[in-house]
Order: sequence, then C-alpha cells, then structure tokens
Amino acid sequence: MTGLEFEKPVRELQQKIAELKNFTSTSDVDLSDEIAKLELRLKKLEDDIYNSMTPWDRVQMARHPNRPTTLDYISHLFEDFFELHGDRTYGDDAAIVAGVAKYHGVPVTVIGHQRGRDTKENIQRTFGMPHPEGYRKALRLMKQAEKFNRPIICLIDTKGAYPGKAAEERGQSEAIARNIFEMAGLHVPIICIVIGEGGSGGALALGVGDRLFMLENSTYSVISPEGAAALLWKDASLAKRAAETMKITAPDLRGLGIVDEIIPEVRGGAHRDAKRQAELIDEVLKPAIELLQTIHHDELIEQRYEKYKKIGGYADQKTGPKR
Amino acid sequence: MAIKDMFSKQKPKKRKYATIPSEAAKQDVPEGIMQKCPKCKKIMYTKELKKNLHVCLGCGYHYQMTAHERIESLLDEGSFRELDADLSTANPLNFPDYDEKIAADRKKTGLDEAIVTGVGSIEGREAVFAIMDASFRMGSMGSVVGEKIARAVEEAIRLHIPFIIFTASGGARMQEGILSLMQMAKTGAALKRLSDRGGLIISVMTHPTTGGVSASFASLGDYNFAEPGALIGFAGRRIIEQTIREKLPEDFQTAEFLLKYGQLDAVLHRSDMKEKLSFLLDIHQPGGDKK
Repeated sequence: MTGLEFEKPVRELQQKIAELKNFTSTSDVDLSDEIAKLELRLKKLEDDIYNSMTPWDRVQMARHPNRPTTLDYISHLFEDFFELHGDRTYGDDAAIVAGVAKYHGVPVTVIGHQRGRDTKENIQRTFGMPHPEGYRKALRLMKQAEKFNRPIICLIDTKGAYPGKAAEERGQSEAIARNIFEMAGLHVPIICIVIGEGGSGGALALGVGDRLFMLENSTYSVISPEGAAALLWKDASLAKRAAETMKITAPDLRGLGIVDEIIPEVRGGAHRDAKRQAELIDEVLKPAIELLQTIHHDELIEQRYEKYKKIGGYADQKTGPKR
Repeated sequence: MAIKDMFSKQKPKKRKYATIPSEAAKQDVPEGIMQKCPKCKKIMYTKELKKNLHVCLGCGYHYQMTAHERIESLLDEGSFRELDADLSTANPLNFPDYDEKIAADRKKTGLDEAIVTGVGSIEGREAVFAIMDASFRMGSMGSVVGEKIARAVEEAIRLHIPFIIFTASGGARMQEGILSLMQMAKTGAALKRLSDRGGLIISVMTHPTTGGVSASFASLGDYNFAEPGALIGFAGRRIIEQTIREKLPEDFQTAEFLLKYGQLDAVLHRSDMKEKLSFLLDIHQPGGDKK
C-alpha cells in the first residue's frame, strides 16, 4: 500500500498487529488480548490522525497517485456513459472527458478533467492539464445540454490549464474566459465537484455553477502551494507554509462561503474505496440536482449571479467592512 | 591628459576596468524632466512625452499609463464621475505582510486599489469605464478589483450604456488566494448579464495583461483590442519554457503575436484609440439598449 508521510504511525501499528497475528497463528502463545488492545489503539490513532489533518496533509491526499479520477467516479455514479469527443474546431483534448449519461434514470451531461492513471496515460492526457480545445469541447457539450435541458455535472481535478506554446497560440485565456462567461448564463442546473486538485483558472473553466461541492481532502486554489511559495517568498520549498496561509482546503473554502457543502471521504482518503466514495458523492449530488431542477431557469441564473457576486472580502466605507 | 602626451607615440593605456553606469543613471536622467525610452534609448522631455500620450517619439514604444493619465487623455474633459471610490482592501485571509504592502502602494500611487471605475464620455458619448493601473500591486486582481468591475458593469446595465475596460494586470492577487480566483467568475458573470441585455463590451488590453485577468474580463469584449507591444497571455513565459523545454520566440505573447493567431480584433495605437472607440460608440448607439 502506498502511504503518505503523515500516516506513518498508522502504518507502523498496522504492521505490528499483522506481525503479532502471524505470530499467534504459528505458535502456542496466545496474544489475542494484546492484539485487541493494539487494534483499539489503532482505531484511536487513526481517529487522531485523520481528524487533525493539516492543509499540507490534504494536499498530499489530493495528489495521491491512486486517488480516484473522473472516469472512476463516472463508472460508479452513472448507469451509462457515452463519451463524446472534439471541439469541432481544432481537436480532441484527452485532458477533459465529456459525454452524456443517465443519473438515477435522468439524462445528464458529465464533464471532467482526466488525469492519467499511469505515466503513459498521463502523457496522453497531459497530466489532466487542458488545452483550449478541451475547454471548447466542454463548452460545446454544455451548450448541447442546455439545448436539451439536461443538468450538467462537472468534476474538477487539474493542476491547472496546460502552460504551453500551442495553448497560448490557440487562446488559452479566451477559452477559459469564455467558459466562465457562458456557464454563468446556462439555462440548466450546473453542479461542480472538486474531486482532487482544483488548480486556478484551469479548474474554474469547469467550475462556475449553481453548487460547488468539494471532497473533504481535495484542494482548490489560485496557484499551487509550490507556485505561491516561489512567487511570494522566492522559495518553492516553503510550499507547506503556503498551503497553510493560502486557505486551500475544503473546510477553509466552506468558511469563506465559496463551497456549498463538503463531501466526506472514506476514512484514510477516497483512494481506499472508490466505490464507497462514489456513494458518498451520490448522497449529496442527488438531492442537489433534484432541488435545482425545480427552479425556473431565470431564477437559477439570478441565484447563480448572486452566489458569485457576494464572494470577496473588502472594506466599504459606506456600509462598513464585509466579512 | 598632459599636452605632451597628445604627441606621444604611445597611445594612452586602455583602462583595465569598465565603468558601469548605475541603474539610476541609465533611466530618467535628471529625475522627472527627461525620460529615456527603455526600447530605443531616445531621450525626450517628459512634457513632450506626455503630450504624445506617453508614446516614445522615436520608436512608438507605449509607456504604461496610470489610470488617471488614461482618463485625462481619453475622456471628454470634466466628464468623468468616479464610482465606488470608497471600496478598499481588507486583508480577507489575514495574509502576512499584505496590509503593509497595500499601505505602501497607496502611498506610492495615491490610489486606493489597482482600478478606477466611473462614468464618462468620449466625444459626447457616455460609457462606463473601468481602468486598471499596473503601478498598484502590479495591477493584480483581488476582491476590490473584482467588486468594482462587477459594480461598474451593473451600472452600465442600469444606465443602458456601454462598458469599456482598459486592462493592465499581472493576474490574480496571491495574497487573496481563492477569493482572487473567484473574482474571475464574478466579473465574467456580470459581463454575461450585460451581454444578455444587449450591452456593448469593449476590452483594451494594455501592458501587461496576464494570468487570471487575461483569462476573464479582458478577453470577454464584443471587441478585444490591445496596445502595440503589450504583453498578453495566460501562463508565464518562464513556466512555459520550463514545461516544453524550448526557447520561445521573441514576440511570444505580444499584442502582435495574439493578432497573428486570431486572438484580437485589432492592435490599436494609442494615438488612434479615441477615434476608434468613438466610432464604435457611434455605430452602437443608443448603446446597449436593444433588449
């Protein structure tokens, strides 16, 4: 099992218990009392560790190589998923997957960033960092969803938009801006869920909607902690400090009024059980879609505007400080 | 040099060391009176430069303009009425040293934030103007910049007049983290509202317009323009060079580069700006009132 640094005490104790169990089964000495005691201690230790994760621990968790990706959740959450390709202008970007599916019997459009699950796939999918054609494919299919009155579900999981020469030539800025602009006015419900890393404008281009949910150990930020540390303190090794200062975790964003609800994770992280994690997502997603579908689209767009209009912290001499 | 040395066959020895002119000596020779063009090194009177809209008389280099210089040079005299001047930066994430940096830039620039918004007119035609100023925190976008733009757009909706923005920004304001990112959504959503009501949006990107600003309101005009030579792009040059491991062309991410790749309607020289904007305001009259 691949474990993270902060989980080391848990791993050590698990190992010890396994050793004792092994010893008990191969010798006459009965250690079951000790094992029971240790298992109790393990439970307490797990409680301690997973209930007091630092922002940096969560960054590690969000980047876990085995963390479930968009396609993993799609296979668990939807009955049929039919992937659709291309932006009709330039190409098909594998860093974003999109298509139509059924969700509890209701037709929906699903769009998400897609990381590779191994090196080869990561190269093909540019590590889940989209080019403009990826965003334009997403927008094309969102417009299609609007035409046929289907709710849109966006799964966010990217380090950011791809920083490349070709991406700039083809209008990375415009593609991101256009998605933000159009998503603000779509007539159908849009639900966005950050499942891993939500990196900057590259995440936001799939992230404007009626509800924003975050998995408990996902992150969402204007820049990676490494990037922030390099920019602010000229030292990328201060990433840990940046992660704490920048407020990038689900609880932080909930506190700032940006995230509507935090989706709890399987103990020890979503990668321990993707199927169970999908169920936990389902528990929050289903009622949200049902509620949003009852709202008239004019009202929906109005509420969406108000949701974003109130985000920010500034001082207004007329009305006093906000937040 | 003594007179006899002039006739000496031996040339005076070359100096063994070079004198390196100090940074201060290279630029603005006597502070304020003269200016040296950073591109062609031409030396001009500051007054002359100002009269020429802060464009180098030698090579056409477009100097950065402050928001107030822009307003003064572009809008009808006395027509500008500022909006939301009472919004100022809070430090919403309690970011270390942020308050001090803001205070220092306030003192340095005389501005409260990196943008000035208001209603004004060009040749008698009214519009809401949002003018960014890169001298304040690199023109970066935090909560105040986002809020002022959104309110200015709302004012354009209310008054049924066009919205014109001049951008100059290094991108998101790091010290406001995710709140800064969300201003992209706030401003984008506001512009969508204006657009859906038939309002005219004009964006003029000036040097520099990058990151989150380039990837939101700067790119959302019905007309997207840029000043010559302006740096415009999403990702930074260094990051891209590190990612693709090749050297980027000299003109990469300039206004001319964007024009070539179809990302702009036109590159507008500052001396043509007023005339072109006036023309567009004219053909769009009564301006955003045709719902």
